[in-house]
Amino acid sequence: MSRDSAQARAEDVARAAYGKLIAMLASRSGDIIAAEDALADAFLAALRTWPERGIPDKPEAWLLTVARNRRTDQARRDARLVITDEANDMADAQGTEPEETQIDERLKLLFVCAHPAIDAGIRTPLMLQTVLGLEAEQIAKAFLLKPTTMAQRLVRAKKKIKSAGIPFVMPEREAYPDRMDAVLEAVYGAYAVDWLEGDGDLSHEAYFLSSILAELAPDNPEALGLTALIGFIEARRDARVDEGVLVPVPEQDTALWDARLIERSVSILTQASLRRTPKRMPARFQLEAAIQAVHAARSVTGKTDWRALSQLYHGLMHAYPSIGAAVGRAAVVAEDAGPSEGLKMLQLIAYDGLESYQPFHAVRAQCLAELGRVAEAAEAYARAVSLCTDQPSRRWLETKIANLRKKMS
Amino acid sequence: MRYTFLLYSDPAMSADMTPEDWVESKRVFGDYIAALQEAGVFIDTDWLHPADTATTITLAGGEKRVQDGPFAETKETLGGFFAIEVKDLDEALKWAERCPVVHYGKVEIRASAMDSV
Repeated sequence: MSRDSAQARAEDVARAAYGKLIAMLASRSGDIIAAEDALADAFLAALRTWPERGIPDKPEAWLLTVARNRRTDQARRDARLVITDEANDMADAQGTEPEETQIDERLKLLFVCAHPAIDAGIRTPLMLQTVLGLEAEQIAKAFLLKPTTMAQRLVRAKKKIKSAGIPFVMPEREAYPDRMDAVLEAVYGAYAVDWLEGDGDLSHEAYFLSSILAELAPDNPEALGLTALIGFIEARRDARVDEGVLVPVPEQDTALWDARLIERSVSILTQASLRRTPKRMPARFQLEAAIQAVHAARSVTGKTDWRALSQLYHGLMHAYPSIGAAVGRAAVVAEDAGPSEGLKMLQLIAYDGLESYQPFHAVRAQCLAELGRVAEAAEAYARAVSLCTDQPSRRWLETKIANLRKKMS
Repeated sequence: MRYTFLLYSDPAMSADMTPEDWVESKRVFGDYIAALQEAGVFIDTDWLHPADTATTITLAGGEKRVQDGPFAETKETLGGFFAIEVKDLDEALKWAERCPVVHYGKVEIRASAMDSV
């Protein structure tokens, strides 16, 4: 077998099994740093030996055994470490463990990363690194931080997990909903961080992370809702920006949407609704996914159902009110009931920071433009541009301003 | 009378310690503990992981808040301590939540570093 194909195979296994292997290596000692080092050594060993001896039947088990042996060697060399349960650990490294235990370990790792004792700001980066094996540098770019700063924060969090004794366990029943919410929030954070401007690497990883989550928590309607939500948005990747200019969802070319991913997301969202307690309102991520499902339906019906969107945003404002949902609702009300109704909705929004919230000004400008209040519209668009942080949105807003100027002259 | 000593030091001082330094430090503390024991005045001691591995919990204001990091406000000051032996941080948090002081103050939780050095 060639070196290249051994490398490709090792990389495939790495991507698919990284979090699982880290979780299994770290769960007893809580030492994620040692697990990462041992696994990195095991990957190097794979690249050395697989091209000559062929790929083992169970590449994951092979990597796990090698990593565990490396870690034990390291522990013996490190006089400052006290190993209490290594003998036990080594015994089961020889056999293969049932699939379910492996899956549980990975879910436990997600709960560790989103533990209440871990700073909320580092939970998402921690998941990206420990579950998917992303480098600190990649993560730093998406979070607009210096790689060294990101690396330091990650190391600090990992050290804390070990020394504070954060357990690799499933949370107890009464704590479960809150802890699961924190996991969902952190996974969502991975998607939200660079969906538009980034090179797409990270949002794809986030989609991968959410798929793992749906696989690990198939009975949790919100975990499924989040996976469907990210799936719907991910399906529109190729249609989102045209020649550097943002294309709003209702104007996107549906031929560029990933139909298979949309279908999969619809089916996951349906599963979520079946898991939900009857007569209970769907929660946040299911509602947000349902909103995207309505947009996605345009690829079949040819039009956007603004009335349905308006009702879903109303539900979202009830279940999980936020400035984004409030402005989103005003935008769909403007389409459904007309721009003056949209303006009324905007006037009712009372959130701190509204004045510096770019979408508020963009939606307001759109309503004003449709009402023929061209000068006010231009002013609102200009305000939106000044608050804009990404290029595609800025260019889109600038084309809107250019169109207004044509009208004015 | 029973007294509690609260030991303060600059963590930067121990950042560059070599394994030999740690052995020496353990010896010095060991001698001190032995002296206290010999005099019959020793009750208990502990050696904690650094402050940046702390977790702080409060129920003051009626809402449970768990914070990553040490207790950082200046108005409240150290008024006592409990040492408990439990399995992990989740169990420690559960006991901290039952500590009366969480209703009006904060409880900072630090793991013992005794068995890791």
